[in-house]
Amino acid sequence: MALTFADRRHKWDVKLSPFGFVSPYFLIFGVFGLFPLLYTAFVSLQKRNLLDAEGARFIGFGNYEQLLFHDPYFWNAMGNTVSLWLLTTIPQILFALGIAHLLNRRLRGRTLFRMGMILPNITSVAAVTIIFAQLFGRDFGLVNWVLSWFGGGHVDWQAGTASSHTAIAAMVVWRWTGYHALIFLASMQAIPSTMYEAATLDGARGWQQFWRITVPLLRPQIIFSTVIATTGNMRLLAEPLLFNPGTAAATGGSDRQFQTAALYLYEQGFTKYDFGYSSAIALILAVATMLVAGLSYLVTRRIQTD
Amino acid sequence: MTTVLTPAAPAPPVAPGRARRIARRVASPWTYAALIAILAGSAFPVYWSFVVSSQTSEAVGSVPPVLVPGGHLFENIARVFDETDFALALGNSMIVAGTITVSVVLFSTLAGFAFAKLRFRGRTLLLLVVVATQAIPTELGVVPLYMMMADFGWAGQLQAVIVPGLVTAFGVFFMRQYFERALPLELLEAGRMDGCNSLRLFWHVALPAARPAAAVLGLFTFMQAWNDFFWPLVVLVPENPTVQTALSTLASGYTTDYTLVLTAATIGTVPVLLVFLLFGRQIVGGIMQGALKG
Repeated sequence: MALTFADRRHKWDVKLSPFGFVSPYFLIFGVFGLFPLLYTAFVSLQKRNLLDAEGARFIGFGNYEQLLFHDPYFWNAMGNTVSLWLLTTIPQILFALGIAHLLNRRLRGRTLFRMGMILPNITSVAAVTIIFAQLFGRDFGLVNWVLSWFGGGHVDWQAGTASSHTAIAAMVVWRWTGYHALIFLASMQAIPSTMYEAATLDGARGWQQFWRITVPLLRPQIIFSTVIATTGNMRLLAEPLLFNPGTAAATGGSDRQFQTAALYLYEQGFTKYDFGYSSAIALILAVATMLVAGLSYLVTRRIQTD
Repeated sequence: MTTVLTPAAPAPPVAPGRARRIARRVASPWTYAALIAILAGSAFPVYWSFVVSSQTSEAVGSVPPVLVPGGHLFENIARVFDETDFALALGNSMIVAGTITVSVVLFSTLAGFAFAKLRFRGRTLLLLVVVATQAIPTELGVVPLYMMMADFGWAGQLQAVIVPGLVTAFGVFFMRQYFERALPLELLEAGRMDGCNSLRLFWHVALPAARPAAAVLGLFTFMQAWNDFFWPLVVLVPENPTVQTALSTLASGYTTDYTLVLTAATIGTVPVLLVFLLFGRQIVGGIMQGALKG
């Protein structure tokens, strides 16, 4: 029996429509997501300036050689990146565990508390950084005012390496701790209470229960949160850029004391228009991020499960 | 703008016998005190920004600092709109975030539906590509992307921000997961019996079923697009800003009027705060399910 027109149309519909449905994603992502990523590798092998498009030429690994062996600013930026990664990631995870532990009780006003924890995360990084830069101001900043009660104060937060890293880390930790706390809370609520009852019978107190039961059972979430926080914190850019806005913004302070690798990428690419060099920084940063994320994975995987 | 997917929460080992989920410890007054302190810390920077925007410029430099709102809010808001292009920035952000939200929800629902409920060659492989691409940081490709936009003549214009944001891997995967669970195959077969082609099936069966998930995806996409900073900063010019790039320009003037800047920051935060106050419960729920990441 010959297929009718309607049958044939149905056959083609079933066969081809799914491709039509997924094609907008793959088309747009392919052109504006995947292609630029792959092309970065090519650009990184060129001497290429935005203002001199004709002068682009292939120089092999010249950009990499310059970066790795002759550019102290790059190593300064990588050092700052790693310092900020440590100062943000570890407190984020520890505070988040503590807050989740507090939220994991029978509470009145649960929704209010949970929403309060996530409030920092929904605010924009630009607004938050401008606000924090004010709070950490030298002369009229609220932080110094509070410190003055204890005999401190008049810290020039932007001027020093340690002080500026502390202030920037405070913003990042403030913005992201609540998010991780809610991830942890969800898993804590799935832990059956019989485990705690058994532990109580064995004589384990609250603190011991937290470290011996709760934390080990949260291991998958802790691994996940650490890796996510790492990939985010290794490419901090908006915070150092806006912490000291003005002419020296892209250098991360007058002495580059808080210039991160991502900010150095921005400086080279979009204030000096050295696209080849900037692309090489992007690739090295990506590799470094993968290495550090792998390292944090290995460390968090060692959380004991007994 | 980065979206990453949390793996589904694993089932913790269940003790044999009765695995009850009760008798969680009752919160003590100390717990409440600690949580209220944390809550205050969470809200304080946003509150303080509001305080400054309701004060005169002179009040900002006073010691001790002002901690309660004053009566100059509307005056400062008027100044923001008189002295800066913030109205343009707000309009631009509305256009950018609105377009991106509609597009991400529509295309994610389409592709998510196909991945979850339709059979086609290479489906598993293509889905794997979607999942894998979520992990790639977009900052990596920012230089070539800028070169493309310059070639297209889009640099400095809104479409340079909008077009790359029209789809997200996260959205596709999120909707796919939802359809897997929430749309029974029988419903689709019944639709086929009634002579629906795939597009009608999508429009009349899948799309209505997807409404709750599409709403959550839409909320998150809007907040992310509204808050996005890096790419707009790179590709837009100060004369044609979004709210976030306008804030960075305002903050980097030679003599910065902090009342003005923080008033603008407060105004720029209002849209996401409104979304948050209206849908905070769903947003928190999405994060707790481990499904969402801003």
